Amino acid sequence: MEVFDGLALGFATALTITNLSYCLLGVFLGTAIGVLPGLGPAATIAILLPATFALPPVTALIMLAGIFYGAQYGGSTTAILVNLPGETSSVVTALDGYQMARQGKAGRALATAAIASFFAGTVCTFLIALFAPPLTEIALKFGPAEYFSLMVLGLIASIVLASGSILHALGMIIIGLLLGVVGTDVNAGTQRFTFGFLELADGIGFVIVAMGIFGIGEIVANLESEGTRDVSIKKVSGLMPTREDWRRMVAPVLRGTALGSVLGILPGGGAALASFGAYALEKKVSRNRAELGKGAIEGVAAPEAANNAGAQMSFIPMLTLGIPANPVMALMIGAMIIQGIQPGPSVIKEQPALFWGVIASMWIGNIMLLVLNLPLIGLWVRMISVPYHFLYPSILAFCSIGVLSLSNSPFDVYLMALFGFLGYVFKKLDCEPAPLLLGFILGPMMEEYLRRALLLSKGDATVLLTRPISATMLFLAGALLLLVLLPTFSKTREEAFKEEAV
Amino acid sequence: MTRWITSPRDFWTGLIYVGLGAGSLWLALGYKFGTVGRMGPGYFPRVLAVILIAIGLVSLFRAFFSKGEPVTHIAFKPLLMIVGAIVAYGLLVHTAGLIVALLVLILMGAAASSQFRFDVKAIFGMVLLVAACSAVFVKGLGLPIPLVGPWLQPLLGVLGTLR
Repeated sequence: MEVFDGLALGFATALTITNLSYCLLGVFLGTAIGVLPGLGPAATIAILLPATFALPPVTALIMLAGIFYGAQYGGSTTAILVNLPGETSSVVTALDGYQMARQGKAGRALATAAIASFFAGTVCTFLIALFAPPLTEIALKFGPAEYFSLMVLGLIASIVLASGSILHALGMIIIGLLLGVVGTDVNAGTQRFTFGFLELADGIGFVIVAMGIFGIGEIVANLESEGTRDVSIKKVSGLMPTREDWRRMVAPVLRGTALGSVLGILPGGGAALASFGAYALEKKVSRNRAELGKGAIEGVAAPEAANNAGAQMSFIPMLTLGIPANPVMALMIGAMIIQGIQPGPSVIKEQPALFWGVIASMWIGNIMLLVLNLPLIGLWVRMISVPYHFLYPSILAFCSIGVLSLSNSPFDVYLMALFGFLGYVFKKLDCEPAPLLLGFILGPMMEEYLRRALLLSKGDATVLLTRPISATMLFLAGALLLLVLLPTFSKTREEAFKEEAV
Repeated sequence: MTRWITSPRDFWTGLIYVGLGAGSLWLALGYKFGTVGRMGPGYFPRVLAVILIAIGLVSLFRAFFSKGEPVTHIAFKPLLMIVGAIVAYGLLVHTAGLIVALLVLILMGAAASSQFRFDVKAIFGMVLLVAACSAVFVKGLGLPIPLVGPWLQPLLGVLGTLR
């Protein structure tokens, strides 16, 4: 069996001492930074990315994946303990998790979150191992036209889930694509949008954009509403769920995992949609639905299983097609490019150790989360209670040094400051930055694929619509766009995000 | 004028989009357009710029004809302090060296917070952070950033002769 050979290779790769230690380091650092209020997985990865440049590609990606799970879990921890979800995907966890914490059941809520995540992670590791290879087979048959249309679909799908105005999100995508154009044109060698700066000849480093928007912009946004936070944490005790807890956990975890796996694979989908969906599902079908919102264990187990499943499944489009489903995956792709690996379906053939190593490390990372986090809860609690004005100067320092590690040029520092400024301005105007980052990563690829598709068709633009797979994807993208523009849908969407804001 | 703008966020976003789009279009007009079959370097950016302008115009249109939320209070002080601190760091890091640049960055950045007090605790934290960064990034990871830059080298020399 190909899958078992692959997994064997993967575990052989991931279980070396070096890779294990970097996976552990990643999970630890990811959780440590992820528990800090106001820092989600994207910001965490952006800040820690430069630390992985010196590592070999496999190790770097394993560490980054570890950081991602850690940050994800760290977000749930803050959601439960202080009602401050670090990212959208743990917003619903805060509903019941925080209530449980207030009732003195914080330990059990945290353990439930960890166990639910671990179960979902295990299932998804095998799902990815099973489905990724056949998907790459299909992807290998894709021509440039299909790739272009797939990217259009991915970008459109990312808007549906972005909160705020759809029109503005569309604009953010276009700005991202335009930013991707900056630099030397690969075909003609023309310098585009460089304003004569030699530093821009190779384009804008995506780490700079990500750090500026997610790191610096976030800091300013957090400083705006400072001092309104009440971080009072009771002592966490009684980690072990009771027999009753276990019994009530089983069904929600299964439902959450199933829903998360399906939703996570969609382009633009992923963790946030999965956890919202899972919570809504529990509200409909759970036997204890009356208790939901008042500290029901189901309200923690289902969304946590779903968001971990969703987060992990978003690796599938990233690993097989080279297409990011969310900003975190965009950062992963950026990391691969920096490591000299061309993301896409060829990765599994050319870098089997990397492909399977990352998959195997997902499961190992999930075990580490379970083993590491429950005993270390005391430490995380202490980290949460550090006031923000003591924390953010360190983030500022890390970003500023990290950006210098790219090419040791102060120009990059100024560019980061500019993107920090823009990040804050866009936030104030209700323009979601995630579509911009996706557009920025996909921009150069989209242009190249479009150019090749049109070259092959001898200038016949209808090629995008006459090839069936390409046409289907464009049709889906159009349908999605129409759907979100429909008044009824946009109303429910607004309500869903309003619920989230509470 | 402001009386007719019923959706300020749409207004400002539209203005930014149209501005960025027009600027990009103007620059992209200088690059070869090519044909559909042989896209030149100007093809893709021009198409994008036109789409961006169109989106911006719709947003501007909406600003006068739909009801939207106002732009909430902009935190100018943190924004300018943080951005300024990073720019200052960029100016200083290769001239005065990492230590000075970090001190300025941290001090100026931290002062952006309304909770900031320049006391023993803050100084202690700052020194610790600078020391840790210098040790980890320059000594440990070997980043080629001078701890003490050319501006302060003479000072170092004077200190050396004193000893």
